[in-house]
Formats: sequence, C-alpha cells, structure tokens
Amino acid sequence: MSAELFSLFYQFADVFAFLILSAAGLAIVFGMMGVINMAHGEFIMCGAYVTVGLVRIGLPLAVAQGLAAVTAGLVGVVVEFLIVRRFYKRPLDSLLATWGLSLIVTQSMLLIVGSSITGIGTPEGSFAIGPYTFSTYRLVLFACAVAVLVGLYIVFMKTRFGVLARATMQNAEMARALGARTGRIYAISFGIGAGLAGLCGALYAPTMTLIPTMGATFVVESFVTVVVGGANVLLGTAPAAVFLAMIRMALNASYGQIIGQIGMLFAVILIIRVLPEGLSSVLVRRGR
Amino acid sequence: MKSAYWLSTALLGVMLGTAAMVSTSRAAEPLKIGLLEDVSGDLALMGMPKLHGSELAVEEINKSGGILGRQIELIHLDPQGDNARYQEFARRLLSRDKVDVLIGGITSASREAIRPIIDRTTTPYFYTNQYEGGVCDASMISMGAIPEQQFSTLIPWMVEKFGKKVYVIAADYNFGQISAEWNRKIMKDLGGEVVGEEFIPLGISQFAQTIQNIQKAKPDWLLTINVGAAQDSFFEQAAAANLNLPMGSSIKVMLGFEHKRFKPPALNNMHATANWFEEIDTPEANDFKKRWHAKFPDETYINDMGYNAYNALYMYKALVEKAKSTKLEDLRKVIATGQACIDAPEGQVCIDPKSQHTSHRMRLISVGPQHQVTVEKDYGTIQPYWLGEIGCDLTKKNDKDQYTPSHLPNKS
Repeated sequence: MSAELFSLFYQFADVFAFLILSAAGLAIVFGMMGVINMAHGEFIMCGAYVTVGLVRIGLPLAVAQGLAAVTAGLVGVVVEFLIVRRFYKRPLDSLLATWGLSLIVTQSMLLIVGSSITGIGTPEGSFAIGPYTFSTYRLVLFACAVAVLVGLYIVFMKTRFGVLARATMQNAEMARALGARTGRIYAISFGIGAGLAGLCGALYAPTMTLIPTMGATFVVESFVTVVVGGANVLLGTAPAAVFLAMIRMALNASYGQIIGQIGMLFAVILIIRVLPEGLSSVLVRRGR
Repeated sequence: MKSAYWLSTALLGVMLGTAAMVSTSRAAEPLKIGLLEDVSGDLALMGMPKLHGSELAVEEINKSGGILGRQIELIHLDPQGDNARYQEFARRLLSRDKVDVLIGGITSASREAIRPIIDRTTTPYFYTNQYEGGVCDASMISMGAIPEQQFSTLIPWMVEKFGKKVYVIAADYNFGQISAEWNRKIMKDLGGEVVGEEFIPLGISQFAQTIQNIQKAKPDWLLTINVGAAQDSFFEQAAAANLNLPMGSSIKVMLGFEHKRFKPPALNNMHATANWFEEIDTPEANDFKKRWHAKFPDETYINDMGYNAYNALYMYKALVEKAKSTKLEDLRKVIATGQACIDAPEGQVCIDPKSQHTSHRMRLISVGPQHQVTVEKDYGTIQPYWLGEIGCDLTKKNDKDQYTPSHLPNKS
C-alpha cells in the first residue's frame, strides 16, 4: 500500500517538475513581459548542449548545469538586446521574429554539431520500494522545481529588482517616470527567463535524447502551463502545474500516455474557456 | 501588330526546334532519381544516412559508367518529417521534374501519404525502410525487412529465452499499431501472453509512469517499438530507474543506433533481428563500410535504412539493365521472372515477384552492458512469404492495399 502511495506521489512529482521547469522561464517572458517567445525550446536546447559539452571536458555535472543555465541567460540578454527589444509593443511580430530565430538556431545546430550527440547518462542511481524501482534523479528534478519556485518568489517579491520589475511590467511609462531603468529591467527579466529555460535543458539533459529539436518536446507543455496559469508567475504557474500534473498523472496511470495527453489538453481548453485570464485571475482576486 | 505575329511565330519555331533537339539527345540525358529523405526535423539523425547511402551509390554507379550508359542524377528534397510536405514534394518530383524513379520516405505514415500519388503515375517507387509489412502495390518495391523476417524470428527466440509474458511500448501511428498487431498474433500462436500494451504519441519524452506500469504488469521482456528521438528517451529513463528487463525490437540498434547515442548500459540486453547493422563482420560488409566512411568520415553509424537506400539504387540499376528500359511495366516483367537479384554487402538479395518485397539474410543481435553487439543467431536468407501466402499476387492483380493480420484480402 505504501508503495502505491509513494508511486502516486513520485508520478505527480515527476509531471509537476517537468511542467514547472519547462514553464518557469516562459512564465516570466510570456506571462509577465508579454513576449511570445517561440525560441523558448531553443534556450532549453542550449542549456542541454552546454551541459553535455562541459561534462565532456571533465566538469562535475552540477557545475556544468549551473554554468549552462548562466550561459543560456547571457544568450538571452544578447537576444533581448538584438531582437526582442524591438518588438515589445508588437506581440505578434515578436512571435514571428522568435519563431524565425528558433528555425535558424535548430538548423544551424544540425549543420554544425550534427543530428545528435551522445548522452551523458543519468546520475544518482535508483531505489526500490515494494515492487517498484525509482530513479533518484527524478526526485532531484522535483527538488529543483520547488527551488525554482522559491527562488522566483524571493527575487520578485523580496528584492528591489523584483519591485522594479513588477512595476515595469504593470506600467512601464509610470515606472520610467519614477526613475526605473525599464530597458535594463526588461533585459534582465528576459535573461532570467532564458536562464531558467537553460536550467530546464541542463537538468533534463542526462535523461533525454540530445538532438537540435529537443526543445520542441517541452514547448507545448510550457505554453499550456503558462496559459492556464495566467499573468502571475507565482500565483499562476505553480497552481497550474499542480492542477495539470494531477490530471495527467491520474489519466496516465489508468489509461496510458495517449489519454493522459488528450485529457490534459482537454482540461486546458476548458480552463481557457471558463477563465480566459488563467487561474491566477481567480487567485489574485481572492487575495485582494 | 504584324511584327508581333512574326516574332511569336519565330519564337514558336525556336521552341519547337529546341524541343526536337532535346528529344534527339534524350539517350545521353541523365536518368533522374527523385529522393525524399528527412535530413532535418525530428528524424534527421536516421534520415541522414539514407541520403548518404544514396549519394554513395550514385557516385559509384556514375563512376562505373552509369545505368545503360546514362549517368544518373539525384534530385533530393527534404520533407523535414512533415507528411504534407512529403505529398507536395512527391508531386513536384513526379510531375515537374519527371523523375524516372522515386525513392524514399521514412515513417510508414509518410509512405502511405505519398503512395496514392505515386499510384496515379507510372513511376516506380522504392521504399527503403524495414517496416510493418503488408503493402501489396505494383508501383512499390520494398527493400527493407518486414515482419516475417523480423518478428517471426525475434519473438519466438525472446519467448524461448526469457519467457511468455511481454509488454509492448509502441509509437502511436500505423507502424506501431500494426507491429503490435503482429506481436499479438505471433504471441498467440506461441501460447504467450501480452501483459500490457502502451501506445505513445510521437514527441512524448517522459516515461516515469510507463516504467511503473511495466513494473506493475511484471512482464518477462519488453517489445520496444517506440519511434523518434523524443521517445528514445525511454531507454535512458528506464535504465535510471533500474527497470532491467530484456528488450526486443524491430527498429532499435541497427536503425536508430541507440547503442551509440546513449551512455552504456542504457541499451543493455536489447535484441533485434536485422538484415544489416554496422557491426556485421564479413569481407563484403567491411569493404562497403570502408567505402562509406571514406566518403562520409563523420558518420556515427551506417544504419539499415542507409544501407537499404544504397542497395535500392543498385537494384534499380539491375532491373533497368535487365529490362533495357526504365518503364515500370518492363521492370516488373523482370521482377516477375524471379531473377531480380543483386549481390549486396549482406549477400544476395532478390525481389519476390508476388509481393515485390526483398529477401534478406537475417541475423539476431544482442547488445551487452558495454553496448557491444553480438550475433546470437544467423537465420540465413528469409523470403518475404507472408503477402504471397495470404493471396497478394502482383503478377496477376494490383491490389494497391496494405494488409495486416486483421485486414486480409477478400477471397474471391
């Protein structure tokens, strides 16, 4: 019995971690900044490829993952400066521009690095409970997802940067009038978003096939989570991930992956129909 | 006005003259080979060797004098894993470029997407993958291995060695569904039990729940017919969770070279039956590998699709030279004699007249903990017999259909 209970928790934690880690970066870029970043998957791929590259030259995995997230973040700042900056008032154009960027990046990686690179293997081993065996690393992923949420809370609610960032997202003109350097705040926010995407790729790199289009497997889930969550990263993305993870886990366990996928997307359609602003619109209103 | 009339008449004359010149110089024109292979998108890593195999064969054939004295020209388009693009490009190659033969297609979905388009023309089509079998279509010549060569060998061996209970994870499209049907049929004949079947949408990369479903069902071994780079993540995740079950497949190792892409021991205890895998160690195979790697030094692995794509061009050459024609009906007359054979790196392979599928020398291979590949059993040459047995006979009737164990021809 305890094995079954733990198994339920483990499966929930696994889906939750996947949704949170793949959506956290997008929640800032899309949810807060309103930029439809179609290159989100490519930042994830960047994190994964940098991680594998650094592990190959002998760095410990955790260090490589940290550096990969930072690298993706820096790339994000550059992309913001060169491309995204020009599209803040034109969300549909930003969609096209970042989609173009995504195509260019995946095809360039294919031509330069090749169609696949060898994996590095999952660390941490496994443990057994009852008849089941579990990969320890999946719990590490869950812990990282929780840490990302806590980290975001601290950055956006407890620091001066967080206050300025929230002010800028709410009303950029007013924030600028009050002395906030909104250009820099946008750049840093986009960088954090890209860095979190890179972290997602870095964390999943040991567990996945590494190909230039690998980011695509995260993109649907990440957009879905952010859309269901709504504009507020903390009050939206996390509850959305809990909600979607429950549905998906229950359906996966009883009916397999196809029904799990269909059920989750069906739930998304229902929520968007009933709450067009996402879950956070309800939660934020209650909070006030 | 009058001058315009003269001008247009003159132009028409020039055009007719050019057309006449073209038709007289036709014999010296190159043969056009249309090739549809994914070299970008999710299946690029399997499609790239197919392009390379075709390029190698074209280069070799042209160096040794071409086909019937004509050079061959490869026109390759990249459908990027998109079935709509497969259809668009097939139409373009068939009606605009007017290719003499069409080759390619990766997934069975892409093949079924373009087959009706090809059937409306008189252009021969070579499909170069191993697949779920059953296509009875006069326009199509299949170069890869099929279930009677792969599953009818592998599944009894797995049952004898590991036990009667199997769990299937399969990609959710025609290849996975029909392959799973083959498994059900063969397991039933053997008195075995399919304790679980899970179909996975393409693009899914997370398998924690699947792994637990497998542990709950307690199978003796797994049949893994998951497809694509994302679904291959299963192996790494199963190894990390210490699932540790013997596995069998018709597409792993020799096709997706997972043993080269994942860190050992993720593919440990995988078994497959194949007509080609790069580890084949015979003088002919080694010579072939040497030529390939000389042309493509960065190739990670020469997979069976790439190898079949290479053979397809030599088979086409053999057919055209025997028929002394490039017309489909003349090529089919050669096939009908049962003498359509080539000496391939695996040994002699021949096209079966009834089904237009290819005989293959099949070997059962296993992967060890360090990802070393061992040949467990050599089955010799296996004929593609199933379609003929159920009543497909392309020498008499063109069914243009795909049969499965549950969809057999109407007895009439």
